[in-house]
Amino acid sequence: MPSFVITEKCDGCKAQDKTACQYICPNDLMALDRSIMKAYNQEAEQCWECYNCVKICPQQAIEVRAYQDFAPLGGNVIPMRGTDSIMWTVKFRNGSLKRFKFPIRTTPEGSIDPYAGKPEADFSKIKSSGFFNAPAKAE
Amino acid sequence: MEKETCTFSFCQKPEVIEVETDLLLIGGGMACCGAAFEAARWATPKGLKVTMVDKAATDRSGAVAMGLSAINTYLGENKCADYVKYVRADLMGIVREDLIYDLGRHVDDSVWLFEEWGLPIWKKADDGFSLDGFQARDAGKAMLKDGGTPVRSGKWQIMINGESYKVVVSEAAEAALEVNRKATGVAQNHYERVFIVKLYKDANDPNRVAAAAGFSVRENKIYLFKAKAMINAAGGAVNCFRPRSVAEGQGRAWYPVWNSGSGYALGMQAGAELTLMENRFVPARFKDGYGPVGAWFLFFKAKATNALGEDYCVGENFEETKKLYSPYAEKMGTAIRNHMMMMDMKKGKGPIWMNTHHAMAELATKMDAKRIKHLEAEAWEDFLDMAIGQAGLWACKNVEPDKEPSEIMPTEPYLLGSHAGCAGFWCSGPGDIPGTPKEWFWGYNRMSTVKGLFMAGDVVGASGHKFSSGSHAEGRIAAKAAIALILDEPNFKPTITKTNDEISGELYLPYEVFEKYKVYSTDPLINPNYIRPKMLQARLQKISDEYFGGISTWYMTSKTMLTEGLKLLEVLKEDANKMAAGNLHELMRCWENYHRILSVEAHARHILFREESRYPGYYYRGDFLAIDDKNWKCFVNSTYDAEKNTWELKKVPYVEIFA
Repeated sequence: MPSFVITEKCDGCKAQDKTACQYICPNDLMALDRSIMKAYNQEAEQCWECYNCVKICPQQAIEVRAYQDFAPLGGNVIPMRGTDSIMWTVKFRNGSLKRFKFPIRTTPEGSIDPYAGKPEADFSKIKSSGFFNAPAKAE
Repeated sequence: MEKETCTFSFCQKPEVIEVETDLLLIGGGMACCGAAFEAARWATPKGLKVTMVDKAATDRSGAVAMGLSAINTYLGENKCADYVKYVRADLMGIVREDLIYDLGRHVDDSVWLFEEWGLPIWKKADDGFSLDGFQARDAGKAMLKDGGTPVRSGKWQIMINGESYKVVVSEAAEAALEVNRKATGVAQNHYERVFIVKLYKDANDPNRVAAAAGFSVRENKIYLFKAKAMINAAGGAVNCFRPRSVAEGQGRAWYPVWNSGSGYALGMQAGAELTLMENRFVPARFKDGYGPVGAWFLFFKAKATNALGEDYCVGENFEETKKLYSPYAEKMGTAIRNHMMMMDMKKGKGPIWMNTHHAMAELATKMDAKRIKHLEAEAWEDFLDMAIGQAGLWACKNVEPDKEPSEIMPTEPYLLGSHAGCAGFWCSGPGDIPGTPKEWFWGYNRMSTVKGLFMAGDVVGASGHKFSSGSHAEGRIAAKAAIALILDEPNFKPTITKTNDEISGELYLPYEVFEKYKVYSTDPLINPNYIRPKMLQARLQKISDEYFGGISTWYMTSKTMLTEGLKLLEVLKEDANKMAAGNLHELMRCWENYHRILSVEAHARHILFREESRYPGYYYRGDFLAIDDKNWKCFVNSTYDAEKNTWELKKVPYVEIFA
């Protein structure tokens, strides 16, 4: 299901040094056409449809069109990712709709303090089992 | 044909950025995120530097980039020895039980951290139904580490709301790296969009790794990282066999399409010993969309049948299977079930159906309307968390899983070592598990046979079924051991013999080749002087598929087919000297495909060496169709000499530790 960019909605992430979709795509697929300042998917057959570009786009300019190798036209899946939940709208070829909302995290974004409340490493145990913060399970 | 070299006569010479660090983490997936968290805690008080290099953006890189709907390894109330037995049974009897036991005794702490960091985990309600992560929190359910009860889909699996799983794990890893960066006073210790191509050995110690070279996919820069130790967690290999969908649908690989065999190629070229590279995974998944089946089988209790509504794992199929594959057939592992599914497909009894509608109807008999709605959401979330395209395919085909079944089918082969596969490197175990042969421990846990080069995640061999949580835990295990090595040898200074110009020339060769010849023809895609990465990949996929047991031969190969295919592969490897890249994105694709070629070569040579069909349902040797425990209940290990382009293969005895 390659992602595609809706011409009217994409603003090329304006003044930023790179577009959000270019930043996030795990497979380096999103490119910016500087002549029109619009992003595009440069290699549709390498798209895993992970939706990370769709979820991150500040203009909601990116959607996904199902792989035409095997998918009939007319359905789509649209996410709206918030700070703690995600909303999904699934539109069927026959026009019917389903909506779902799922939790995505229980802590505020950026709040993780990885070593808060954790012990220091004990170097006398560096060659034993267990991690710096916890022993290995006994059996 | 004349060999091409890069003298920067045609393409622009890149700037070389040298980075000196103590521990280098290659990859940014679950394993390296775990490694960053553990390593920074040990390294920082000693003033050691930890550096991560990721070819993508770590927030969404690796196999968990899309998200997951379950954590498949959480021991909880189970015993580590039982975990070993389960993994052994599914991987047809030959595994490194020391590594698996070690993984099992460490993995739960990583899951507890995920929950602490904010990953929503389903909990069991008082009435036995499931609560999602928010409902559980609002109902005051305890965290897992405090005795909270997860919703188990299987004995080892727990359900999560995992859309942001990687984002959460990455945030902790990046924060840990930042702690280390500030304390050690370096300007940068996390490099994104830098693709590592090759490792270099130490100038003074020929069996020690000293440097890793890669390039930025954003600007004309080569990066040369010199490190006292490294963790290679650069993932398994996808799309190296011709996939079932060959046009744009080939992006919908079951495993992440960006896992290009780099993990294997980096270690192989450094001379690290491989094990069980003959192993592969052929998952039976929802056809085309490759949506997960685990929750459907285990949590919703759906049954898969042939088109006549019959169970394909009983009766005549089972009797025939036992004749060739007893006692493994009786254990009914993933490979064996694939085998019997294909028996029915060959008889024309397909399509094979996952009877989602029967499962939902059965579950609904015990539920009120509100619960049925929750159940439907759970079924969709399974896809929306981790295989959104499958949800899209259902939408396009007007499929509602509670009303009709969906087709399942075995996919093209994948090479990996953290999911239900075990292809990878031969690594030192922990050394403290009674019954382990002494030669399975050489000082540092998860270190390969190359000193200083540690492995984690997909590339640790003979130790599958780690999944996301186990990969994170394994990264932590490897990181702790790597810091121990660095502390043991404080005077080691990594040095390499190659000059920066030589390294740049090697990495940028495909750029030079393109620039040199591109004007020769009017269409740069059709040019007799070079091969573009897409065609390199297409040729590799065709060779693998036709000669090494891909989908087009129903996974069947033999000595004669392998031998012929390897000849073609050798020529393809030669042609890789003429790979051509028009831009940095293509330069990455060129080297990714070179990594795929090496991974496939190891796979084919191992299959050729092992004269039996150890993994029926994944591949068959037509000339040795049975499992032959008498001669082949052993590991097959190999080493590749990249300079001489030669291979050595050998048998290594299997030892059962947990009876």
